[in-house]
Amino acid sequence: MGNNLAIEMVNITKAFGTKVVANKHVNMDLREGEILAVLGENGSGKTTLMNMIAGIYTPDSGKIIVRGEEVVIKSPIDAFRYHIGMIHQHFKLVDLFTAADNILLGERMPDDYGHGPKFFRWLRFNHLSRNRVKDLQKTVDRYGFGLDLSRKIYDMSVSEKQTVEIIKVLYRGADILILDEPTAVLTPQEIDKLFAVLRKMRNEGKSIIIITHKLNEVMAISDRVCVLRKGEHIATVETAKTTEKELTDMMVGQKIDLNINRTGPVQPLPRLMVRDMSVVNKEGRTVVDHVSFDVCGGEILGIAGISGNGQKELLEGIAGLQPKAGGDVIFRNPKRDKPVTFYHKDLKKIRAMAAEGFFHYPDGECVDLRGKKDKEVIRLVNGEQLLFYEDEIIDLKDKTPREIQELGIKLSFVPEDRLNMGLVGNMSIVDNMMLRSYRKSRSVFVNRKRPKQLADDIIRDLEVVTPSDMVPVRRLSGGNVQKVLVGREISSSPKVLMAAYPVRGLDINSSYTIYNLLNIQKRKNVAVVYVGEDLDVLLALCDRILVLCGGRVSGIVDARHITKEELGLMMTKVPDIVPSYTYEGLQKEAEDNG
Amino acid sequence: MANSEKHVKEPLVHLTRRMNVSASFAWMIRIGAFILSILVCCLISSLLSDKVSFGFFFKYLFGGTFGSSMLIMNLLRDLAIYLLLALAVTPCFKMRYWNIGGEGQAMMGAFGCSLVVAYASGKLPVWGTILLSFAAAVVLAVFWAVVPALFKAKWNTNETLLTLMFNYIAICLGAYLIKKVAPMGTGILNFQDGTLASLGVGDFWIIVVTVTVLTVLMFIYQKYSKHGYEIAVVGEAPNTARYIGINNKKVIVRTLLLCGILSGIAGFLLVSVKDASFLSDSTSQSTVAGRGFTAILISWLAHFHPLAMALTSFLVVFITRGANQIGNMARLGNSYAGMMVGIFFFFIIATEFFINFKLNFRPRAEKAAPAGAGPKPAGEQEGTV
Repeated sequence: MGNNLAIEMVNITKAFGTKVVANKHVNMDLREGEILAVLGENGSGKTTLMNMIAGIYTPDSGKIIVRGEEVVIKSPIDAFRYHIGMIHQHFKLVDLFTAADNILLGERMPDDYGHGPKFFRWLRFNHLSRNRVKDLQKTVDRYGFGLDLSRKIYDMSVSEKQTVEIIKVLYRGADILILDEPTAVLTPQEIDKLFAVLRKMRNEGKSIIIITHKLNEVMAISDRVCVLRKGEHIATVETAKTTEKELTDMMVGQKIDLNINRTGPVQPLPRLMVRDMSVVNKEGRTVVDHVSFDVCGGEILGIAGISGNGQKELLEGIAGLQPKAGGDVIFRNPKRDKPVTFYHKDLKKIRAMAAEGFFHYPDGECVDLRGKKDKEVIRLVNGEQLLFYEDEIIDLKDKTPREIQELGIKLSFVPEDRLNMGLVGNMSIVDNMMLRSYRKSRSVFVNRKRPKQLADDIIRDLEVVTPSDMVPVRRLSGGNVQKVLVGREISSSPKVLMAAYPVRGLDINSSYTIYNLLNIQKRKNVAVVYVGEDLDVLLALCDRILVLCGGRVSGIVDARHITKEELGLMMTKVPDIVPSYTYEGLQKEAEDNG
Repeated sequence: MANSEKHVKEPLVHLTRRMNVSASFAWMIRIGAFILSILVCCLISSLLSDKVSFGFFFKYLFGGTFGSSMLIMNLLRDLAIYLLLALAVTPCFKMRYWNIGGEGQAMMGAFGCSLVVAYASGKLPVWGTILLSFAAAVVLAVFWAVVPALFKAKWNTNETLLTLMFNYIAICLGAYLIKKVAPMGTGILNFQDGTLASLGVGDFWIIVVTVTVLTVLMFIYQKYSKHGYEIAVVGEAPNTARYIGINNKKVIVRTLLLCGILSGIAGFLLVSVKDASFLSDSTSQSTVAGRGFTAILISWLAHFHPLAMALTSFLVVFITRGANQIGNMARLGNSYAGMMVGIFFFFIIATEFFINFKLNFRPRAEKAAPAGAGPKPAGEQEGTV
C-alpha cells in the first residue's frame, strides 16, 4: 500500500439551489492502492461528493487534486482522462448490445489499429467489437471475472451487469474506481465475489472508493473509512483501528438503540391462508412453486431468501397483481361479532347471506330478513345491527386487485421502484394520499380536505422532512418517500400488511421508524408480512420466518429460536425435511408472553 | 491560489438546476423572451426588406391584430378555435398519450358536419340539419380519436404514429367527399344552407362563448374531478395506477372519447359557424389548416393548464396575424409569417430551459466573460451552452 495520494479533495462545497447544501467544506483523500469506504446515512452527500470526482457535478468551491495536480473535471470524459471511472448505482448499459459492445461503445480507436489490408483498416472493420472480444477477454480473465463478453446485456443478471460496468472502466484505463453502493443489488454470494475482485484490483495498485451504508461491508473490505454526516466530513479512520459501533456513532451522530423491540404475538389466528400457490412469470419460468403457508393476525411473518427467489412474485400473487398458475389464497376476514356493511357487499348479497344464517342481532337472535322491506334492511345495516356469527371466509381467487385491497389486504412498498409502485412522483403528498381513497365518495369531484389532514398527520407523526404537504414526493429523500407510503398504507387500517424490502436504501433512523410502525400494526392484530434481506433484522423483528429458495418454501421457522447460519443454509438449499413452525406454536408463545 | 488557477481551466458555463422557481421569476423570463423575440423578428424583417423599418414593423404588427374592433373580434375568434383544439389534446398529453392527431380528429369533425350539410340540407328542416351535422361531427371525431386509443389499450401500439397517419387519412377522406359532391367544383364546398352561419347568427359570439364555457369546464375537470386525477396518475406513474387498481385501458379510451368530443365540436364550429365551407386539400390547405398541430404546441407551452392556454393561443394568433399583415404590406411573400412564428416559438421554447436551469459563469479571470444572467442574455447564450 503506497502512501501517495491518488485524489485529494480540499474544502469542497456543493449546493443545490439555495436550501440544500449537499457538501459543506469536505476534505477527503484517497491513497494509491487502497480501498476507501465512504460511509454515511441517506442524504449525507456521499454520492454528490463522488459525482464531483466523476465529472457529473462541478463543485461550487474547493479544489480537487489528482496525483498532486489540481484539476477541474468538467465531464465524465475529463474524468477518464485522469483515469477515474465511476460505476453508478443504476447501470448505464445498452440492453440489446453484447457486453463487448457496451465496453467498446464510444471509444476512439487509433488509426493504425488492427490487421489486414490498409483499406479495411481505413474502413475500421476492426473496430467492430466482435473482432475484438479476444483482446477484451484478456482484461476480463486477468481479474478473474468469469464473464462471457459475447452475451447480451438483457440476458445477464444484475451482478453480471455490474461486472460489465467494472470491466468497462478498467478497459478504459481507469485506476481510480468509484463504486456507488455496489452491493445494494447483489446477493451475499455475489458480494463475496465482488469483494474478491476488488481486493485483487487493489493488490494490482488500483485505488478504489466504495460508497455504502452497510457497516459489515465496510469492515470486510475497506482499508480506511471516510464518514460523512449531513454533508460534512466527520472523520477518516483506519478500518483496522475502529469498530462498527464507533462508526455508527460517527455516522448517526448520536447513540442509537440497536435492539428492535419485539413483543409477543397478539391472538395469533390464521388470517391469510396460502395453499399450493404457483406463479409463472412472463418468460414461462415458475417463480413461485407450490407455496403454502398461513399468516396470522398479530404476528410478523418474515420472508427470507436471496433476492429474486420469488418474494416479489409471491406478494404480488396474493395481491392479485400476478396471474396465479395454481393454488388458493383464502382470506379470513376478522368479522366475528362485527357488523356487516355495504362496503363491498350489496343488498342482494346480504339478503342471501342472511338466508344462510350468517348474521345475528346484537341481542344474539338469528337474523331473518324474509318479509322485510329493502328500506328496513338498509336501515338495519347502516345502524350496524347485523353482526356476523363467525369470521368471514373469502376466496381471493376471482377478486380483482382493487377488491383485494378493499378487503384490507395491502401490499406496500416494493422499493425497487418506490416511486412507481404506489406513489406518483410528480404529485404532492396530499394528492398521493388520495390514491387509495379518492374513489370512496360518490361525487365526480375529488375532495382534498381529508387527504390533506392525513398528509399533515403523517408528516407530523412520522417526522417526514418536507417544506410543505404540497411538495412533489419525488423531491423528498428516499426515507421520507418511504414514510409517506407506509403512513398511507397504515392509515387505511389494513388487516394484512405486506411489506417488501421496506428499509432497503434507508438510513438507520428511518429503518427503525419503519420497524416500529410494523410492530404497532402487529399489536393491532394486523397480519404483517415482512420481506427483508438483512438476516439480523429478520431475526430480531419477526415472530416466524418463511424461507424461500428458488420459489419453493425451504421452511417456516421460529425466529426466536433459530440461528443466522441455519437460515443462511436454508436460503441456499431446500432441506430434505422442510421445517414447519405452525401457528399453534405462536399461540403458545402468545400465552407465555401474555 | 492565484498561482494554481492559471493552468486550471474551468468551464466557461456550467448548468445547475433551479430547485424552487418562483412564479414571478418565471414570468419575468417569459416576458423578457417575448420582447426579445419580437425585437429579433423586427431586426430580421428590416434586413429582408427596405420597406420595413422599426416603426413600420410595430405599426402593422399591432395594427394587424388590434387595428379595429372587427380585427379584435377576429383575433378572439381565432384564439378560441386554437384554444378549443388545444383543450382537446391536453388531457391526452397529461396522460402521456401522445395524441398528435388533433388535426385529423378536428378534420373528421368538419368532414362529418359537411357530409350531413351536403346531403341533408334541403331535405331536412334547417335546425334538423344543424343538429344532425353536429352529431355527425362529434361521432366521427370520436371515432377517429378512439380507434388509436383502442389499439393502444389492446395491443400497446404506438399512438404517435397511428394518430399522425390518421391525420392524413382524414384529409384524404375530406378530399374524396368534395370530389363526390362537386366533381367539377373549385375544390371547396360552400354551403348556402343548413349551417348556423346561414341563419345569420354571429359566428363570434357562438364560438367565443362556447369555448369560454368549455375552457372553464375543462379546467374544473382536470383539477377537481376524479377523472382528471386518474388521468394524471395514469400519465405520471402507470405502474402505480395498476397497483392501486385503476384500469389504465379504460382511462385511456375514456380520455380519448372526451378528446374526440372536443375535436368534433371544433370541426363543427369551423364548418357550420365560421366558414360555412369545407376545404380539404392538404394539411395547410384545409378547413382546420394545421391548427391541430399548433394546438399541440399551445398546450405544451402552457404546461397543460387550460387557463394558461388562453394566453399561449393569444400569443400565437397575435404573432400570426401581425406577421401576415406586415408580410402583406411589405410584399414579403407567403412564407414570411411562418418564419416569424418560427422565430417566436424558438424563443418561447428556449425560455423553459432558462427557467429550469441556471447558468453559472466562470468567475471573472483574464478573459472577460459575460457576467450576470437575466432575461436579456437569453439570445446570445444559445451558442455557448
